[in-house]
Amino acid sequence: MTELVETSSAPALSLGRRLEIVPIVLFAAFAAAPLLAMLSGAEGYVLSLLTRVMIFGIAAMSLDLILGYGALVSFGHAAFFGLGGYAVGILASHGIEEALIQVPVALAASALFALVTGAISLRTKGVYFIMITLAFGQMLYFLATSLAAYGGDDGMTLASRSLLAGSTALENDFALYGFCLLCLFGVYAFSRSLVVSRFGRVLRGTRENALRMEAIGFEPFRYQLTAYVISGMMAGLAGCLLANQAEFVSPAFMTWQRSGELIFMVVLGGLGSLHGAIIGAAAFLLLEEFLPEILHMTSFFLAEETRSHLAENWKMVFGPLLILIVLFVRGGIMGLLRRPRHG
Amino acid sequence: MAEPMLELRNLRKNYGALVVTDDVSLAVNSGELHAVIGPNGAGKTTLIHQISGMLPSNSGKILFAGEDITQLSMPQRVAKGLARSFQITSILPGFSALENVSLAIQARSGSSFRFFGNAAQERALNEPAMDCLTHVGLSARAHIPAGLLSHGEKRQLELAIGLATEPKLLLLDEPLAGTGHDESQRVVETLRRLKGRLTIVLIEHDMEAVFSLADRVSVLVYGRLIATDTPERVRANPEVRAAYLGEEEMV
Ligand SMILES: Nc1ncnc2c1ncn2[C@@H]1O[C@H](COP(=O)(O)OP(=O)(O)O)[C@@H](O)[C@H]1O
Ligand SMILES: [Mg+2]
Repeated sequence: MTELVETSSAPALSLGRRLEIVPIVLFAAFAAAPLLAMLSGAEGYVLSLLTRVMIFGIAAMSLDLILGYGALVSFGHAAFFGLGGYAVGILASHGIEEALIQVPVALAASALFALVTGAISLRTKGVYFIMITLAFGQMLYFLATSLAAYGGDDGMTLASRSLLAGSTALENDFALYGFCLLCLFGVYAFSRSLVVSRFGRVLRGTRENALRMEAIGFEPFRYQLTAYVISGMMAGLAGCLLANQAEFVSPAFMTWQRSGELIFMVVLGGLGSLHGAIIGAAAFLLLEEFLPEILHMTSFFLAEETRSHLAENWKMVFGPLLILIVLFVRGGIMGLLRRPRHG
Repeated sequence: MAEPMLELRNLRKNYGALVVTDDVSLAVNSGELHAVIGPNGAGKTTLIHQISGMLPSNSGKILFAGEDITQLSMPQRVAKGLARSFQITSILPGFSALENVSLAIQARSGSSFRFFGNAAQERALNEPAMDCLTHVGLSARAHIPAGLLSHGEKRQLELAIGLATEPKLLLLDEPLAGTGHDESQRVVETLRRLKGRLTIVLIEHDMEAVFSLADRVSVLVYGRLIATDTPERVRANPEVRAAYLGEEEMV
C-alpha cells in the first residue's frame, strides 16, 4: 500500500515535467534578452520594454495566484501597483531613496490594504466581490489624485531611481533589468511552492467546492484572506519596480482599466499556471507595442492611406483580437502550448 | 445511562410560514446507529443541515457530547468531531480520490498555513487517507480524479472523507441513494463495520438497510418527530404506518 502511495503521483509528475519546459525557456529568454538588446542597436528601448514586461508579469502572476488558484476575481489589483509606486515616490520626495526601506514599506502598506479590503470584500461572493474590489481600487485612485503635495492628478517625477544598499546601481538599465528578473524569478519560485503546499491545496480545494472544505473543517475565509494579502504584496512589489522603471508615479498606475488589463493578461496567458500569467503579460504588452507596425506591414495589399489609418487606429483591432483569442483559445496561450501534447 | 452524544432540544426551522423543523427534540446515544426516516420533504436534510451547522436554527438547542454547539460554525463543529455527508454528492471533482481524503486528514493534522513542501507527497497525510479509502473499498480508485468516479463510488468517497475527519458523530444523508446493488451492499457493509465504533445518524430510504442496521429509528413527518423507537416497534407503530410506511414497504 505504501508503494501505491508513492507511485501514485507518477503520471501527474511526468505530465508536470513535460510542461516544465515552458518556464525554463521563458526564463532563459529573459536572461538572454539583454545580450540581444545590445546587438539590436536600440538597447535602451528593448530593455525598458522587457523590464516593463517582467514587472507586469509579476503583477499578473500575483493576480493569477488568487484568480487562477482561488477563483477570486479582484478587479482592483492595480491599487497595489499604486501603493508600491507611491511608497517609492512619497518616501523619495522626503529624501528616503533606499530600496531596503522603500520596498518593506510598500509591502507593509500593500499587506495592510489587502488585509482590510480583503476582510470586507471576501464576505461577498461572485459579482459583488468584483464590484467591491473595484470600489476599493477606485477609492485609492481618487485618494491619489487628491494628494496635491505629491503631484495630485499629474503625479510626480522621481529625482532618481532607488538606492540599493546605498549604491546607485539601479541607475543602470541593465542592473534594473537584472533586478526585475531576480524579483520575477523569486516571486515565481515562491508562488510555485505556494500552490502545491498545504496552504495552496486548501486554496485550490476552496475554489472547487467551498462547502466541502467547510465540511471537513476548513474556514475558507482565513485562507482566501491570506492569499489575498500575499497577492497584494507581490503586486505592491511590482509597483515599486514600475516606479523605478518609469522614474515617475501617478494615479494612472491604479486606474480600473489597469486592473482590467491585469485580468486580461492572466486570462490571455491561461489561468492557473503562474508562468502563463507572465506569458500573458508579455503577449499583451508586446502586442500593444508592435500591433501598429504589424498592421501596417500585413496590410500591404491596401491603399497607403488606409494602411496608415489602420495603424493609427490599432486599438480598434487590439480589443477584438484579444477577445477572439480568449474566446477561441481555451486555456489561453498555455492551453495552446499544452494542446499538441495531449493530442 | 451516559450522556447522549447528540441532543436536540426543541429545534425549529422555518422558511417564512413553512415550518420545516417543528419543535424537534431527540437524544442520540453514544455508539448508537440512529436512523431517521420520513417521506420526501419531511425535513430530514434540513435537520442534518442544522445539526452540521450549515443552516442556522430559528430556535432550540443542539448539544454535542453535552456541549452547546448551537452557535458554532460548520468547521468548528467538524473540529469537535462532527462530520457529515451530503444527499447531493459534494466532493472536489478535480482532485484525485486520495487527495479528497487526504485534505480531510490535513484539516486534522497540524497547521495548513504552510507555504513550502508538496502536500500531495506528504506520507503522513497520504497513508491514513489510503486507509480510509481501503475501509470503504475504494483503494483501487485512489488516483482517479474524483469527478470521473461513478456515482456509487462518489458516495463511497464521501463516506471515506467523512471518516478521515475522525468523527465521533457521523451524519449520513441518504448514502445509498442512486447507487447500484453492489455498491450499496458495500456501503451497508462499511456501515455495519463502523457500527459501535462511532455514533451514526443515518437518513435513508432503503428500508431493508435501515431496519437491518439501525439500533433505533426516528420518524419525521412534516418536520415533526412522530416516533423514536427500536426498529421492530417503529414498524408496528400504527401512527407510523398511517403516516408514512406504505404497506408494501413493511418488509
Ligand atoms: N431554502 C429553502 N427555502 C424554502 N423551502 C425550503 C428550502 N429548503 C428546503 N425547503 C423545504 O423544506 C422542506 C423539507 O426539505 P428537506 O429537508 O430537503 O426534506 P427531505 O430531506 O426530508 O426530503 C421541503 O418542503 C422543502 O421544499
Ligand atoms: Mg433530503
